[in-house]
Amino acid sequence: MVEPVLEIRDLRKNFGALKVTDGVNLDLRPGEIHALIGPNGAGKSTLIHQISGSIRQDSGTIRFLGQDMAGLGMAARASLGLGRSFQISSLAPEFSALRNVMLAVQARQGPSFRFFRPVMADKSLTDPAMAMLERVGLAARSNLPAAELSHGERRQLEIAIALALGSKAFLFDEPMAGMGPEGSRSLTKFLGGLRREAPILLVEHDMDAVFALADRISVLVYGRIIASGKVDDIRNDPEVRRAYLGEAA
Amino acid sequence: MAAREPTVNTLLALLLMAVPLVALAIGEPFYITLATRIAILALAAVGLNIALGLGGLVSFGHAAFFGLGGYVAAILATHAFNGEPLFLGIPGTTSMPVIWFVAIAICALIALPIGAISLRTAGVYFIMITLAFAQMIYYFAISWPAYGGEDGLSLYVRNSLPLVNTAKPLPFFLVCYALLMLALALFWLIRGSRFGAALQAARQNATRLSAVGIAPFNINLAAFVMSAMMTGLAGALFADLNRFASPSMLSWHMSGELIVLIILGGKGRLFGPVAGAMLYVFFEYALGGITERWQFFLGLILLGVVLFARGGLLGLLAGKVQHG
Amino acid sequence: MSTALLIEQLLNGLQLGVMLFLMAAGLTLIFGVMGLINLAHGSLYMIGAFACAIVASATGSFWIGLIASLVAAAAAGAIMEVLVIRRLYERDHLDQVLATFALILIFSEGSRWLFGSFALYLDIPPLLQGAVPLPGGGQYQLYRLAVIGVGISVAVGLHVLISRTRLGMRIRAGESDREMIAALGIDIQTLYTVVFALGAALAGLAGALVGALQSVQVGMGEPVLILAFVVIVIGGIGSIKGALVGAILVGTIDTMGRFLLPKTLALILPASQAGMIGAALASMLIYIVMALILAFRPRGLFAA
Repeated sequence: MVEPVLEIRDLRKNFGALKVTDGVNLDLRPGEIHALIGPNGAGKSTLIHQISGSIRQDSGTIRFLGQDMAGLGMAARASLGLGRSFQISSLAPEFSALRNVMLAVQARQGPSFRFFRPVMADKSLTDPAMAMLERVGLAARSNLPAAELSHGERRQLEIAIALALGSKAFLFDEPMAGMGPEGSRSLTKFLGGLRREAPILLVEHDMDAVFALADRISVLVYGRIIASGKVDDIRNDPEVRRAYLGEAA
Repeated sequence: MAAREPTVNTLLALLLMAVPLVALAIGEPFYITLATRIAILALAAVGLNIALGLGGLVSFGHAAFFGLGGYVAAILATHAFNGEPLFLGIPGTTSMPVIWFVAIAICALIALPIGAISLRTAGVYFIMITLAFAQMIYYFAISWPAYGGEDGLSLYVRNSLPLVNTAKPLPFFLVCYALLMLALALFWLIRGSRFGAALQAARQNATRLSAVGIAPFNINLAAFVMSAMMTGLAGALFADLNRFASPSMLSWHMSGELIVLIILGGKGRLFGPVAGAMLYVFFEYALGGITERWQFFLGLILLGVVLFARGGLLGLLAGKVQHG
Repeated sequence: MSTALLIEQLLNGLQLGVMLFLMAAGLTLIFGVMGLINLAHGSLYMIGAFACAIVASATGSFWIGLIASLVAAAAAGAIMEVLVIRRLYERDHLDQVLATFALILIFSEGSRWLFGSFALYLDIPPLLQGAVPLPGGGQYQLYRLAVIGVGISVAVGLHVLISRTRLGMRIRAGESDREMIAALGIDIQTLYTVVFALGAALAGLAGALVGALQSVQVGMGEPVLILAFVVIVIGGIGSIKGALVGAILVGTIDTMGRFLLPKTLALILPASQAGMIGAALASMLIYIVMALILAFRPRGLFAA
């Protein structure tokens, strides 16, 4: 059995009386796409926040590449190789698409306490950043400020940033949200290939994409994983159908 | 549009240089003092612009560093003049380079804890806590009688620099002008550097910066300290210009004025503080010549700029900010 | 040190505290409801003091002056809100700081123009002249006690206003959800003007009350304003309860520090040095306390 890249054990988080994360166990293995689905308010985003370090869990452990993440902030986890995209695009709006990606390249190269060399003339930053934009198909828009990109382009830019970080695992929170059918299709294709670089924990509402992409699916309802397994098992699981798919259908 | 800002900047730099030369030619040395005042205030504001313009850190307490710089100059000079050692037998000095170094070092040492505590907060809390720290230093200065208390501290003669006669207005202006240009060069380098990229990203979206693995706190703290160091150097020069370090250099009005300089000129722009200081000193002089109550009109102008002309003077002259 | 002296100082601290509360309550209410930081709040304090001094000297009645201070400050506040402040709600804090800093310049220089740089004096009304005996000997000014009483009544009144009345319900709604109050059909623009005028009136009241203890002059609002900022930062911006606790804390710590620190230091240092160091430390004390509190609770004691 291969060692999982990301391993979550008995994770718990309460907001007041509400159990948003209620004893979650989850892992992400090399080369797979693990989809996390569930109805709105099931606690999917809160779980992503805890993994990436923007919210602290109450109890339980998160191990990434064998290392306990307790006490590490968001920045530290990101520099260990945990790349994420946000449910609502989170970019530096005044910076061009290229500069947004360059920031990730720069972070990967080491501390940012370098005060004199101009970044725009630094090929070790611009070249890899440009290459990432080409991979996600944004090269032609590289000079536009992030704020002026379309919704779908911003999602692509977030993925380019996660790629540029050299992430060893990706956390993607609803990357298809708000994309047209065309965009969803091309992004689905892209993510399908991406799993060879690093495994993906994918939160997504678009079931076509989930069924097309996922190697495994876990279903989160009211903070608990009620089912976890291969795509077909989940599709046919009666409890899942009742709690989730049944509602959606 | 993109090419206009460098032209405007060059013109501003030449204009500031021309004022004292013209003043000398027409025999009005007073204008040299005004130009020196502009250069020093601009230097202080360039410092603040690192934190405020690039990092979006609205420090309402930069007068603390401006005043500290001023008091360092006055205290060292007073000890040297009286021949009394400071402490542990260390003598005072009237040498400007030493004074600048000490002023910069002290500001860094004080800015570090102030920044470390203040940056745990954000938004309005940050504005108010920086204000409160500056008030703390202000009240300390006025209630500590050893260095003049409320009366401030005079310098008997202007401090000295090798090879330059600082007592004469023009050489002293040139020193201040050179330091201002150096500071602008530093600001320009920092803005374009990796550090500058991280700092500007921290202003635009701190979560994004964390998500690529750079902790905003460290970046902001470094920016705050550098910003304080530059403003402190300006304070030391200001005390030398007036031959006086006054508690008003530490007052919250001063902190407000430094922010005003940046906004009048254009926030986050390289020459914003220069344009702002020119406008401010011009208003002070021109309006002050007409009425004693010039600050009333300054208030009206400032209100107009904030409500209706948010790009400041450089926004007017050179268009919107360009990002690479 | 006698008990009476200690009680007197404690009462002085309390009196400073309730005055700060009157200022801080308005500031924190305006921030809580409208998200606005108002540096010109000190100008409203000054306007209250001037209105009281001028009307009291013209009519010979402190009480008419006191009413005038409320009316003048509320009116000034309402005008300020309609002409300037209203344009700032959607702006960032930097713009708010600058615009209200500009208002301070306008108000301060404007009143110097109108009233000159000389201080005006306001007498304590005959009804409240004299002193009351303190336990343990000594006496305390009746007027200061009355000021404490006014402060406590205002605190209670504000509590009732916010928790029991229709206006209070709207204010609470405004704090939690602006869109909801719009959905409820409440005219937000009027609500904001009313809240601003209410905060202004409290500041004006504080100015008038303090005016009889100190002189009335331009710039009198600024030290109080900064103390009030310290208060709301300690208490948690937006929280009236925080403003009350913070105000009493700041009032007592500041007063007791100035009283006790030099005496305490005198136990270990020569008297002249103890006085000097004690006074310098005391003047910094509340800022040190604030830094400590924020180091552990960055959003204040009662963060909203």
